[in-house]
Amino acid sequence: MKNLKPISRIAIALSALLMVSAYFLPLWRILMWAPQYPEWLGLKIWINNITGDLNTINALNHYIGMKHIKVEMFPEFNYLPYIVAGIIGFGLLAPIINKRWSLFVYLGLLIAAGVGAIVDFYLWGYDYGHNLDPTAAIQVPGMSYQPPLIGTKQLLNFTAFSGPDVGGWVFIGSAIIVAMVIVFEIVINRKKTTT
Amino acid sequence: MKNKVLWGMAGIFIAFSLSNCRPNVPGSVATGDAASKVYVAPGKYDEFYNIVSGGFNGQIGIYGIPSGRLFRILPVFSLSPESGYGFSEETKPMLNTSHGFVPWDDLHHIALSTTNGEHDGRWAFANGNNTPRVARIDLRTFRTAEILELPNSGGNHSSPFITENTEYVIAGTRFSIPIGDNKDVPISTYKENFKGTVSFIHVDSVSGRLKIAFQLLTPGVNFDLARAGKGPSHGWFFFSCYNTEQAYTLLEVNASQKDKDFIMAVNWKKAEEYIKAGKGKKTNAKYAHNVYSDETHSATSTILTEVLQLDPAELKDIIYFIPCPKSPHGCDVNPSGEYIVSSGKLAALIPVFSFAKVMKAIENKDFEGDFAGIPVIKYESALHGEVKKPGLGPLHTEFDEKGNAYTSMFVSSEIVKWNVESLEVLDRVPTYYSIGHLSIPGGPTRKPHGKYVIAYNKITKDRYLPTGPELTQSAQIYDISGDKMQLLLDFPTTGEPHYAEAIPAEMLMPKSTKIFKLEENKHPYAALGEGKTKVERKGKEIHVYMTAIRSHLTPDNIEGIRVGDEVYFHVTNLEQDWDVPHGFAIKGALNSEILIMPGETQTLKWLPLTPGITPFYCTDFCSALHQEMSGYARVSPAGSKTELKFSTGKIEPQASSAGQ
Repeated sequence: MKNLKPISRIAIALSALLMVSAYFLPLWRILMWAPQYPEWLGLKIWINNITGDLNTINALNHYIGMKHIKVEMFPEFNYLPYIVAGIIGFGLLAPIINKRWSLFVYLGLLIAAGVGAIVDFYLWGYDYGHNLDPTAAIQVPGMSYQPPLIGTKQLLNFTAFSGPDVGGWVFIGSAIIVAMVIVFEIVINRKKTTT
Repeated sequence: MKNKVLWGMAGIFIAFSLSNCRPNVPGSVATGDAASKVYVAPGKYDEFYNIVSGGFNGQIGIYGIPSGRLFRILPVFSLSPESGYGFSEETKPMLNTSHGFVPWDDLHHIALSTTNGEHDGRWAFANGNNTPRVARIDLRTFRTAEILELPNSGGNHSSPFITENTEYVIAGTRFSIPIGDNKDVPISTYKENFKGTVSFIHVDSVSGRLKIAFQLLTPGVNFDLARAGKGPSHGWFFFSCYNTEQAYTLLEVNASQKDKDFIMAVNWKKAEEYIKAGKGKKTNAKYAHNVYSDETHSATSTILTEVLQLDPAELKDIIYFIPCPKSPHGCDVNPSGEYIVSSGKLAALIPVFSFAKVMKAIENKDFEGDFAGIPVIKYESALHGEVKKPGLGPLHTEFDEKGNAYTSMFVSSEIVKWNVESLEVLDRVPTYYSIGHLSIPGGPTRKPHGKYVIAYNKITKDRYLPTGPELTQSAQIYDISGDKMQLLLDFPTTGEPHYAEAIPAEMLMPKSTKIFKLEENKHPYAALGEGKTKVERKGKEIHVYMTAIRSHLTPDNIEGIRVGDEVYFHVTNLEQDWDVPHGFAIKGALNSEILIMPGETQTLKWLPLTPGITPFYCTDFCSALHQEMSGYARVSPAGSKTELKFSTGKIEPQASSAGQ
């Protein structure tokens, strides 16, 4: 199996180091607007925390019987820092292994982590939006309150938006760098074999 | 015959025409683009906050300029059943005085705190004219933070004007009275026994706490208004005095006899030196000092028993009198601090004194004599010049940033603009009607913001839809950005507006408090969470530690209360979101409601008088389920053995129910 180009090795290490920002930057954000909240309500999801207008949103959610959102409820926050550390670790190891397979494994890890996170987020959202207190004051037949996975959705008087925050974009950027390195390696090698 | 008829008809026609024929008077309509200059579109903000005294309603009104919209009425010296101010257990001590609980006062003047003579947006001060008091309002919460009573004062009118760095708030007595040990004297011994006082109240630069630093004893006169020096005249304070005739009856005649009364110039730096040198005399007094805490959400009232006095008749160089025509009212210092404008209400001119000349006259002992042992400076030696024929009944003067002065004319009902240096009258504009005070944003500071002058009128007559014999009070906004003053808007106010100040919105808006943090709530009866709610009996007292959050009160079922108990509902609003107050009221309470802001605790006292079930509820439409936010208190006869219990959401089995 072929060795990687020096520039590829640097780019991979860089993508891994960029992800260290996940420990300092919010990864995901949910924004909510309603006529009564012209200033917007917001939640920020970090590697091990949720911050923002949690209390305000909880106070509103009790009308429709949604569960109270509490940081302790998410076991993910306990192991997410380790998963990210593992990915970063492998990202730094890959240039040392210096083989193309290490590059594919690294990208695979990144994609798996991303997809996993989104699936997890969807499941939580589904649970919150559908498992409502049957004694809730406001009950709209057929209505569920699952937040949008990505993008915008109308939930009664609220317009909810969900999408990556700064840390999330850095994560995506890291994945794009790795994908570009793979493309670069394939193209370079093809040129070599054809010439 | 025909001719006679014709002549008769002509006569009637002429008589009718004559009766309709009246001279032209100034027009009263706003012209040109006035509407666009005061239009603040829905959802947009005003440029200035206008903090307006409420006069005999004892409150302060907060308005927007230029729209004239009323935002809030904040209670200072008067009860407010709307917020529970003066009704809740926490706020009752705010209105305590040496006389006991005084639920009203006459609030005349506003002073906004300054640093280096410029607005700093920390506090507003206000005076209580009737039972002499000074209040400090916190401009983050727009609430009364402190009230200090003034001993040895007969009425606090010449107040709450402040020095350049808010070192002192002053309080000059309107009425001289006998002070000291023997106060039971014949009224006719005014000259011998009556004294005036001027208190210098120190303001702590960090906490804003008020403390009477010293009190000057003065000859018996009436103090009307005052202004601090600034810039070169910093260290001096100027007070207008009337009734130097020392009349004690029919003042309208007997206090208007002298051709000239006085401006009293006070060298307060000199007074500070005397205090430092230990020349102050501690004298017995009794006065209340009330402070509100945003942590305990409660006021405490302390009765103080001592005040430090200085007698300028013995201690020279503290005060001087400057003769001033005919019962001066306003006494205003221009932005540079060099000129003191004083308005004799009955004078046909406005004298302008020069601070430099006053200093020179003192240095040269250019005195025409003395008044009760205090030197009187020669009028001409202190005078910069006189504004000739300004109008009738000059009262108050404010300044713009371009060297102009604007004087209100009560009798001729107009504002007169004139140049402070040249003393030349530049423009005049009618007011509707009989203007009292006037205000230019930043007008009393070293850096006026200018742009508008606002007139606060005494009479409204035909300006608004009539509402019976009591009519609305009003203010008017004039554009002063050009050479000619232009009337833009009339707006109604609560009454009666006296002095007001305006401050740029951006100085107050960013620091306006939105909520009180629950974790900072140190109220002894706060329930910081529904799990902390309880009901306790202490003899006849029942304390309900209650919480309010959308949309329920906890506990909402209370039993075991007996006729004859004193029930205290300590309600904590658990919300931590902006603009979600909860209210609390209970049927038959000989009390008001309480309005509880997010994170705050307030207490309503209730004396149950008859056995039965008494509902209580949230009075502020807080949410879609506000109407459900209610509860029941069961009152049993005195001496009954009903068990004390409380709950929320607990359903007990019932024998039968109408709902099943």
